[in-house]
Amino acid sequence: MTGARIGFILNGQPVQVEALPGMTLLEALRGPLGLSGPRFGCGEEACGACHVRIDGEAHPCCALPAEVAAGRAVQTVEGLGDAAHPHPLQRAFAAEQAGQCGYCLSGILMSAAALLEANPAPDEAAVRGALEPHLCRCGAQNRIVRAVLRAAQERAA
Amino acid sequence: MNLAYSLATGGAEAAHSLPGSLAVQPRLSRWLRIAADGAVTLTPGKVELGQGILTALAQIAAEELDVALERIRLRPAATPDSPDEGVTSGSLSVQECGMALRQACAEARAIFLSVAAQRSGVPMEAIRVEDGAFFGPEGRLGSYGELAEQDLLETDATGQAAPKPPAAHRIVGRPVPRLDLMDKLTGAPRFLHDLRLPEMLHARVIRPPARRARLVALRDGALPPGARLVRDGSFLAVVAPSETAAEAAAARLASRAEWQAEDSLPEMAALPDWLAAAAAEESTVAERDAELPPAAHQVSARFFRPFLAHASVAPSCAVARWQEDALEVWTHSQGVYNLRADLALALRMPAERIAVRHAEGAGCYGHNGADDVALDAALAARACPGRPVRLRWSRAQELAWSPHSPATLVRVEASLDAAGRLRHWRSEITGNGHSSRPGRARSPTLLAAQDLEAPFPHPVAVNAPAKAGGGAQRNAEPGYAIPALHITLRRLTEMPLRSSALRGLGALINVWANESVMDELAERIGEDPLAFRLRHLEDARTAAVLREVAGLCGWPRGDKAEGVGRGLAAARYKGSGAWCAVAAEVEAAEVVRVRRLWIAADVGQVINPDGALNQLEGGAIQATSIALKEEVAFNRRTVTSDAWERYPVLRFSEVPKVEARLLSRPEEPPLGAGECSMGPTIAAIAAAIHDALGVRPRALPFTPDNLAAAMEP
Repeated sequence: MTGARIGFILNGQPVQVEALPGMTLLEALRGPLGLSGPRFGCGEEACGACHVRIDGEAHPCCALPAEVAAGRAVQTVEGLGDAAHPHPLQRAFAAEQAGQCGYCLSGILMSAAALLEANPAPDEAAVRGALEPHLCRCGAQNRIVRAVLRAAQERAA
Repeated sequence: MNLAYSLATGGAEAAHSLPGSLAVQPRLSRWLRIAADGAVTLTPGKVELGQGILTALAQIAAEELDVALERIRLRPAATPDSPDEGVTSGSLSVQECGMALRQACAEARAIFLSVAAQRSGVPMEAIRVEDGAFFGPEGRLGSYGELAEQDLLETDATGQAAPKPPAAHRIVGRPVPRLDLMDKLTGAPRFLHDLRLPEMLHARVIRPPARRARLVALRDGALPPGARLVRDGSFLAVVAPSETAAEAAAARLASRAEWQAEDSLPEMAALPDWLAAAAAEESTVAERDAELPPAAHQVSARFFRPFLAHASVAPSCAVARWQEDALEVWTHSQGVYNLRADLALALRMPAERIAVRHAEGAGCYGHNGADDVALDAALAARACPGRPVRLRWSRAQELAWSPHSPATLVRVEASLDAAGRLRHWRSEITGNGHSSRPGRARSPTLLAAQDLEAPFPHPVAVNAPAKAGGGAQRNAEPGYAIPALHITLRRLTEMPLRSSALRGLGALINVWANESVMDELAERIGEDPLAFRLRHLEDARTAAVLREVAGLCGWPRGDKAEGVGRGLAAARYKGSGAWCAVAAEVEAAEVVRVRRLWIAADVGQVINPDGALNQLEGGAIQATSIALKEEVAFNRRTVTSDAWERYPVLRFSEVPKVEARLLSRPEEPPLGAGECSMGPTIAAIAAAIHDALGVRPRALPFTPDNLAAAMEP
């Protein structure tokens, strides 16, 4: 099976991938591009586990054709930071111990990053609103909201 | 539901002097290994389910050995090397695994120190350990690492070494960051779903349009390049080189399959009536007679809860590989040995030829699809010898085909004497059993086993014995002083929808039913529900959590606005686990919204306070979701709540504020925190709804329709 070759910027680096017919952006990221951060949850854009940023906007990618990424900038949680150099959000999530199983976190972090860029000083309602597309079945939502608020405060300080 | 289950049912021989699972697996080297560089590798039989158990176990081991937490490594459970600790469930991992590791590490420390003492001539009592290094009055005497070559742990635990007294603890009892969290915040490949083996193929399973349907024909047609069909009886799967191709092939196959299907499920709208009429096996849970004064006040009520779904954020997944006649399986199952036993039955092969390895999945709240998907993957991989095959369920399969927590009816009749004292309590619980777990029956319980060319009938779900925590009867016996009681369990002997364990099991409805009746009795005599409870509590620790939660929320004060209400409830989980009280504040408009929850819990000695609070709060939020929204929907053929829009769970804007507090009990045995807050949360929300609206909820979830029905005379 052959597909269209598409190029885009992934976490700051140009990449090329062969998009098989019907391939979603999530399948491209997790398959040929070898990432683990964007996660499959439902395939119906209903749970938020697969959120990535496309040209800065947080968006689910489980039902998005891979071709849509062509020529655009895609950021995943791997592009935020790593254990040695964590992003302020990743630091804040660790400080608040915001998570249990952690499967939902990489999508949530992408929505939180998009929120803080658009609104550097959100209130609690704004954080909850931005995270509404995301499900956390373990019940860590309050810690997650505190972590996003903490990251905003630490960036302002 | 795990090791306690096998001990209580006589499934294992125990040396009673050794704590937890060490009684079953006394060899020290089965629990820990020490390397020459001083790294300590723990090999627990319990697994990480998202609950943070690995961090708590690392704390316990670091404490007893006197090594830095950073030296501890954890190896995920795997057959045949890990100790067989049954299933990770029932809030028992700290008791069973933590206490085994504590003793094993205390014994390891004593053995190493005795060798160091012999070699140096310094008496053992005069040697202190600092981060794994041994020091006498004259200086350094060696370390664990330097003695690592000696095979000192190839010996059985004796029960002789005494673990540290809690007052000496420096790592246990302190909040410690989760060891797994940074991986999960940076997208590191830590989940089973991220496992990538060389030459790995991707598979999907095609499930029938109805329960018990048979595959009668499969129309010919092309599949995407490289895709291969796998069929065994009515089991249908496809294996392909990529996920994209596997999805496309599965969709094509599904459209070509012809199934023989018929109605086999009850009418959903008449589910309570079906439960009451279905064939059942009756047993007595608890019975106590007494000379009774006449009844002055009586309450009689019937409570109903629907089937519930696990609804984990990730669909179940497994990887399998056949080589020669041997099978390797990577799984997020709660019990690698139990899964191995059922795989051996279903695949008709010796268990010794199967290796089952645990890898973390998304949050696991009980017996979900993890075991089932492992058989699916093994069947798919059998068609591709030598190649690892990863099979992941779809969201629809996860919501519709995982075992469900069973619908239940509870009837309660209780009465007070003229002095307002509880005199008699009668209850009857009706529903399917709460365990279809693998590894316990003669026939495999795995989903696809019934679809094979030579099929296995699914065993009907059972309940664990009451002394092992029970299933449907869990928390059926109220924790109050009641002179006479009769509690009956009616376990259904037919099972149209496969049912099994979900976090809390029968406690979800039983605590709600019992605490609701307590509120109704208090109301009859015009007494405050807290005072009424305290007056009937002989158990000081239940009273203590109730008083604590009352203090936290400022009971009974609160917002007296129209449509706002408060309630509280308490229970000791399983009658043998943690004590927990919850207060709730709700606001009832078109729908009920839970604004705030307050939680007080006594989990005995706390290993990781932050981890325990996270579990208590998580349990309460999941219980709020169950209380307000959750219900498995089905037609006469199959489950229809197979997407998030049809099985909604609580979202960020709906999550209540939660304040949780742990009572300090460092001298008491530690107890699990993962499930104890759930029953009291549902009960407190029901009580708060009554306070707000004047109606007693009688059916979960507490939706406008169900509340309106409860208002009818």
